Amino acid sequence: MHLEYQVYEADFVNAGSASSAVKKTLKQLNINPKIIKRVVVALYEAEVNAIAHAYGGTITADIEPDRIRMVVADKGPGIPDIDWAMQEGNSTASPEVRDMGFGAGMGLPNIKNNVDKLNVSSTVGVGTTVEMEVMFV
Amino acid sequence: MEKTPFTHGLALDKDACIGCSHCMKACPTQALRVYDGKATLMPDRCIDCGNCFKACPTRAIYVKQDDWNDIFNFPCRVALIPSVFMGQFPPEITVSRIYSILKELGFTHIIETESAVPIYTAAKNKYAAEHPNIRPLISSFCPAIVRLIQVRFPGLVDNLIPIKAPIDITASYIKRKLMKEGDYHEEDIGLFYITPCAAKIAAVKSPVGEEKSLIDGVINMDTVFNQVYKRIKMQGKNYKEQKLPVSQLSADSVLTSLTNGERRLSNAHHSYSIDELHNVIEFLEKVENDEIDDVDFLELRACDQSCPGGILTCDNRFLIAERMFARARKLADRERRGEQAKDHELEEERTFLMRNIKVGEIKPRSMLILDENTSKALEKMTKINEIRAMLPHTDCGACGAPDCDSLARDIVCGNAELSDCIFIQRNLEARGNMSSDEATKILEIIWGSQKVNEFVKKK
Repeated sequence: MHLEYQVYEADFVNAGSASSAVKKTLKQLNINPKIIKRVVVALYEAEVNAIAHAYGGTITADIEPDRIRMVVADKGPGIPDIDWAMQEGNSTASPEVRDMGFGAGMGLPNIKNNVDKLNVSSTVGVGTTVEMEVMFV
Repeated sequence: MEKTPFTHGLALDKDACIGCSHCMKACPTQALRVYDGKATLMPDRCIDCGNCFKACPTRAIYVKQDDWNDIFNFPCRVALIPSVFMGQFPPEITVSRIYSILKELGFTHIIETESAVPIYTAAKNKYAAEHPNIRPLISSFCPAIVRLIQVRFPGLVDNLIPIKAPIDITASYIKRKLMKEGDYHEEDIGLFYITPCAAKIAAVKSPVGEEKSLIDGVINMDTVFNQVYKRIKMQGKNYKEQKLPVSQLSADSVLTSLTNGERRLSNAHHSYSIDELHNVIEFLEKVENDEIDDVDFLELRACDQSCPGGILTCDNRFLIAERMFARARKLADRERRGEQAKDHELEEERTFLMRNIKVGEIKPRSMLILDENTSKALEKMTKINEIRAMLPHTDCGACGAPDCDSLARDIVCGNAELSDCIFIQRNLEARGNMSSDEATKILEIIWGSQKVNEFVKKK
């Protein structure tokens, strides 16, 4: 099953609506609640990233009987050094964004801790694509 | 997954039901449908919150209770009374007067269920200290909330604090005390709970995480109120009461069943108290997503104003709550003067009560799961989405389901037809695929021949 959502820059009010919608679907599929929680936490984090650090983007989720694949593709400043950004505490967030309480450098590591596969690709000045996969069993 | 449906406090009188569908719209778990002109309850989904009871204009939805005369099967007849009962009466009616009337009515012993609050609170705080990794902890005080989490938030079941409610602790205390005093054998003692709501009945008749409740019967608060109030009226204005010793609770205990009642006694740093089911659902969605950081404890209650808003209470919930506050203020004054509250009597049995204070495993029983097999569930989900796209999303309820999403689900689960939707019917008629008679027949199946004869076939 294919699900698709749009998120918009600085639309903090609606942050979490895509992850909530995915959660609502997964809860009907007899998937272990603990696994659902990992999916939701990772997707929520990526969703907020696209809203807070980029200029919005597209979220897709493909659900198969044994796994979910999620792609959050944003249009934004991009991440120059992904390996560096994957480490806890490192952040590329601007001072303005940090002032809002984001940019603690926990986002990507938190995603990594909750998914089975993670691939982050980015082009500076174009945007970042976060691909995540979580197995159901 | 727990499979057996539990016994419900709420029931439906088909003869009184006029098929108005108000209940169906009010249900927070989409547990009602209209079929053949009558509401039907899906027992697996019902959490006994009582929203349908409040919405029903003909009292077709009622709260089951045990026969009052059952109390006389026992030589020793104990009334377990929640302190919200005292809040039903105007301030000039003293607690002692209510006690003496209850005795006239046949009870031999009276104890307020909040007597166990100090021990209940200690047990909860102990559990919180011993389980620092489970956060937020959710109170299991309100049985409708426990059931809501089981059916709608199965991922949060482990967050429920598995400690018996004050009523159950008080029940085991009083039974043990009466047996110890030597006047009665176990089978001579009948424990009767006066309930402010349907969920507590379900909790007694079919406790979650326990085999059997100690409580022998449940009597509805409105029934008892009527009996007591009648006697008060008969006693007249000049009635001189004889003071009876009452089980004097602490101020904290009296306030426990009100919103904030548990939260104010909790050791948690960050906690919330939320009442009314829709508020609770909205908040739990966020908790489930991990969107709320640093929450240690949640006091959640199904009714607005908590127990004063129970469906069997007999006055406005704000008036009841204020009377309970007033009683608590008086008790707090006494406590400040150094009088000790009587609920400390339970301290004698603290070791025994603490040893037996935990409930068994609370299991999820999700109402949302489409199929045990994820592949099959996914197929059904895909079909549901296809059907949803065909429905008008007006949520009119004319199909006998509360909203278009529920109809889509019912269709895929084999419990409804796409042509139950009146928009689809018009479409089929316009394309010549359905006759007017066929469309009327569908209405008849859902809304019953009486309504159809009266409103559709009328010349």
